[in-house]
Amino acid sequence: MTNAKGRFGVHGGQYIPETLMNAVIELEKAYDHYKNDPDFNMELEFLLNEYAGRPSRLYYAEKMTKDLGGAKIYLKREDLNHTGAHKINNVLGQALLAKKMGKTRLIAETGAGQHGVATATAAALMGMECVVFMGEEDTKRQALNVYKMKLLGAEVVPVTSGTATLKDAVSEAMREWTSRIDDTHYCLGSVMGPHPFPTIVRDFQAVISKEIKEQILEKEGRLPDAVLACVGGGSNAIGTFYHFIDDKDVKLIGCEAAGRGIDTFETAATVNTGKIGIFHGMKSYFCQDEYGQIAPVYSISAGLDYPGVGPEHAFLHDIGRAEYVPVTDDEAVDAFEYLSRTEGIIPAIESSHAIAYAMKMAKTMGKDKIIVVTVSGRGDKDCAAIARYRGEDINE
Amino acid sequence: MSNISKAFENGKAFVAFITCGDPDLETTVKAVKAAADNGADLVELGIPFSDPTAEGPVIQGANLRALKGGVTTDKVFDMVKELRKEVTIPLVFMTYANVVFSYGAERFMTNCKEAGIDGIILPDLPFEEKEEFDGICDEYGVDLISLIAPTSAGRIAMIAKEAKGFIYLVSSLGVTGTRSEITTDLSSIVKVIRENTDVPCAIGFGISTPEQAAKMSSISDGAIVGSAIIKILEKHGKDAPKYIGEYVSSMKKAM
Repeated sequence: MTNAKGRFGVHGGQYIPETLMNAVIELEKAYDHYKNDPDFNMELEFLLNEYAGRPSRLYYAEKMTKDLGGAKIYLKREDLNHTGAHKINNVLGQALLAKKMGKTRLIAETGAGQHGVATATAAALMGMECVVFMGEEDTKRQALNVYKMKLLGAEVVPVTSGTATLKDAVSEAMREWTSRIDDTHYCLGSVMGPHPFPTIVRDFQAVISKEIKEQILEKEGRLPDAVLACVGGGSNAIGTFYHFIDDKDVKLIGCEAAGRGIDTFETAATVNTGKIGIFHGMKSYFCQDEYGQIAPVYSISAGLDYPGVGPEHAFLHDIGRAEYVPVTDDEAVDAFEYLSRTEGIIPAIESSHAIAYAMKMAKTMGKDKIIVVTVSGRGDKDCAAIARYRGEDINE
Repeated sequence: MSNISKAFENGKAFVAFITCGDPDLETTVKAVKAAADNGADLVELGIPFSDPTAEGPVIQGANLRALKGGVTTDKVFDMVKELRKEVTIPLVFMTYANVVFSYGAERFMTNCKEAGIDGIILPDLPFEEKEEFDGICDEYGVDLISLIAPTSAGRIAMIAKEAKGFIYLVSSLGVTGTRSEITTDLSSIVKVIRENTDVPCAIGFGISTPEQAAKMSSISDGAIVGSAIIKILEKHGKDAPKYIGEYVSSMKKAM
């Protein structure tokens, strides 16, 4: 593949309409320039620290650790960021980049709504127009976030095509981008899509593992035995993994949404149940049928309800560097409740998938071991849905 | 010489797009025959895909109806074999990269050759990624059609020089669908194409009226019409072939 850019092993690439090619080439050039620009980096760091509240805390979950009786558990508190999730890390970077490129309008897809809220926030801050595409199904599951986006001045477009979830929101955002490129930047929310998005988003999220490394060395004087994060497209996971990829003794564990189980069709565990394909601008693993039709995936979590996974994750899986494990709805809901009760931290239902696996894993490890779990977002947005899941109807 | 060049020997070419299996494959066969009998010089057969990101609502709808009706890539190949008993004009597939990739590119192209498919259009396979399939396409004599868009500044010569079959010039920004007006300066794009290749160039996206077809084919080698035909299928279902024949005839006459 001499021409192909942005490859992670066989994965990645730029499988997009010709109409968008100059736009991604322009984006790549701008990013290559600004990523090494001291002023840009200073401006971004200022925003991350003063506006978003970084660095986020690495919290020793002592009660949880003692209750489970195994490995020492640290929580990387991305839920404490402004807007309540890791999404803001990427969005501030991309919005600043878009602004430098002279763009005045941001469009974005969103699943759970966290990326949409973060994009609407950055647009408000930087005085940009903002349109967010959200599956109609998700606008119902995440009504509070729809309200927030509108409050922040964004237009929210409910997407009714296909399964009316995250994948359809991505398709619709791509369609919108092909119709209006000049003034518009597509602020993609995960480490997916065509090159250079998987690289740009990863770089902006890598601050998570950069901080974890510094913080754990300060607290424990050594690296953790494993780092865990939930994986939909995989942005908080790659952010959590990135600076540990070369530290071979640190296990990298991505927790996929198994929905009702990987032996059912109602699952979104892409690495565990999908096969290699080409979709949404990238070659990677996708849930699909024998003819390559993309599967209507399912998870209780709107943010993990996606039939694909970022190409770098596909690559880390291929080379055996990272392990991707399935976590069911039931396990995630249990973890959601457990962390709330045990530590007084209400995690996003997405992050609860990682918490759930950490609970299983910690028990099997000795007390001298250390694991770090990224709490990618906070769970306020999920309370009504989880209550419904438990048969209780509450007003938001 | 590509078989597709035959489509451009009869004056300006009228290219019709039909989604296979909307509302069923029997109707597709009749619709293609009606188009061919009434002056279509080339037919693009759409193999439905679950998530057609380059399509507007009309063709998205056709894709979903076809898939709901149980159409698969294998059934489409069988249909083309039937069709080839009576239809001699060039036929090309239009689908998405994953349909070919998941089927296995070699197996897909083998079947194309056997069934009599002359080319393939993959809107999510730009120049930079064409080596994914172009070697295997060449091997089986299937032309991998290149697309050029209004936003292709600086890329037109590069794409045109390696083009095969015909060049699909996208008339406007956005996805497929009818448009009341096409404002892109297409003549200057066609000029650069002409300077770089003898491969014919047809314009598509947004064309629905005889006036638009006449205008677009006056500056290029032909006009491609999709959504307007799909709307006829949407409206008339199994009875659509008759109306498609009438429509194609009116379009071809205007060109």
